[in-house]
Amino acid sequence: MKKLINKPEDVVREELEGIAMAHADLVRVCYEPNYIYRADAPVKGKVGVISGGGSGHEPMHGGFVGLGMLDAACPGAVFTSPTPDQMLEATRAVSGGAGVLHIVKNYTGDVLNFEMAADLARADGIEVEAVVTDDDVAVKDSLYTAGRRGVGVTVLAEKITGAAAEQHRPLKDVAEVCRKVNASGRSMGMALTSCIVPQAGKPTFDLPEDEMEIGIGIHGEPGRTRTKLGTAKEITEMLATPILDDLPFKNGDSALAFVNGMGGTPLIELYVVYNELAKICAGRGVKIVRSLVGSYITSLEMAGCSITLLKVDDELVRLWDAPVKTPALRWGV
Amino acid sequence: MTISRDQFIVWIKDFAGVIAENKEYLTSLDSAIGDADHGINMDRGFQAVLSKLPAFANQDIGSIAKNIGMVLISTVGGASGPLYGTLFMQIGKETAGKLELTLNDWIAAIESGVNGVMMRGKANIGDKTMLDTLIPTLNTLKECAAHGASIEEALGAAERTAKQGMLATTPLVAKKGRASYLGERSAGTQDPGATSSYYLMKTAAHALSNSA
Repeated sequence: MKKLINKPEDVVREELEGIAMAHADLVRVCYEPNYIYRADAPVKGKVGVISGGGSGHEPMHGGFVGLGMLDAACPGAVFTSPTPDQMLEATRAVSGGAGVLHIVKNYTGDVLNFEMAADLARADGIEVEAVVTDDDVAVKDSLYTAGRRGVGVTVLAEKITGAAAEQHRPLKDVAEVCRKVNASGRSMGMALTSCIVPQAGKPTFDLPEDEMEIGIGIHGEPGRTRTKLGTAKEITEMLATPILDDLPFKNGDSALAFVNGMGGTPLIELYVVYNELAKICAGRGVKIVRSLVGSYITSLEMAGCSITLLKVDDELVRLWDAPVKTPALRWGV
Repeated sequence: MTISRDQFIVWIKDFAGVIAENKEYLTSLDSAIGDADHGINMDRGFQAVLSKLPAFANQDIGSIAKNIGMVLISTVGGASGPLYGTLFMQIGKETAGKLELTLNDWIAAIESGVNGVMMRGKANIGDKTMLDTLIPTLNTLKECAAHGASIEEALGAAERTAKQGMLATTPLVAKKGRASYLGERSAGTQDPGATSSYYLMKTAAHALSNSA
């Protein structure tokens, strides 16, 4: 294992200390329980928006704390759900009297821990709503599974929902915006290489030099198929087609296209993928009206990418364009 | 015949010991069908319980159980933390203020705990989870009480049922948790959560019997 770390067990703590100092103008960090929160929290009269999950997906979620996006983020150990005491303390810290929204990615551990935190916060008299994101088309959604995993749409949901909260809309409306984003977006990812969890010290899975995993999860969970490495055009087609067919996206739809790096893939390759994606969308009559290209929801040093398409209307575009000022996303301010 | 507070504490300590002994085994079951952390997470949680136990061991059984639940939810993580945390918090709610438990008190506590786990996990029997151990165990306890069994008899029968429930998870296809993504491939492995729940009933049978 070759990593820029001191001791594997200190990675999350030292990362948080780094974030606190690097972004002291935007965020504060609380330790034990761990959470990152807006420097100006709580914002009176505004719905507090919180997310969280295992570490190792940076900049998600801590990098999205700030004006127009999240009020707090709760990081767990690498690839492990945070615990309810973190979400409870974060909820108290950002509660400005208008209630708190929890944005939760659909993994059993995350969902259960957030539910427990919501119960405890409600017992404290704080109004809490939760929205679970489940946009990964690689996973079968049925009564017989835990349902689709929450992936790329989470980033877009946090931005758009944060903008709605910034307008001081009531909790019900803010939650509704978040649900609308989740219902309108679909994603799928792929891996060129595995990743190494610091405390495990070895790759999560083995992937031969000439193969790729299509439909990979953000913790290195197996996807739909393992196959011989293809060109960017072929790979983009393999990811975009199931996404477009699933919602489905129809001729004339407007979309936000998000090409995300898994952590170990350079931006030059992500733009090659974006170029292919734009051609596929054009071929289907789907108009890309906004885009995001970069590594925003990662899996440590995994090489690969994911594609997210979000069907948008004027409301969602306006909220997407609204000012945001966080360590990882910043525009309009 | 009742279950004393001291016995309740012995039960928790015994269970923590069995989890520590079987940490690798539970994790190996979990690596076959889940995310390879059940033994590690449970051991971390119950070691934390052991270290914090002296601070609340002189309270009533309800407070002890509630405190154990709180320690578990803040230290275990994953899905097991909220599930075992809920189990103990519900047991605590049902036994609030009590310094000893009759068989009926114990059954009411387990029933409340099992209902809490079912609601929290939205799972039921046959889903290949800890409930495949706990639900039949609860039913056995109730049958025993209906027939006027002693605490020893009821806990012994509960242990045997728990073991059958655990073993019965092997051929099941998981419908909840990370194992559910494997579909048919989850069949053939005993469920790690059902296994740790069997240890809970096994240690209960030994620690809570032999009442003075």
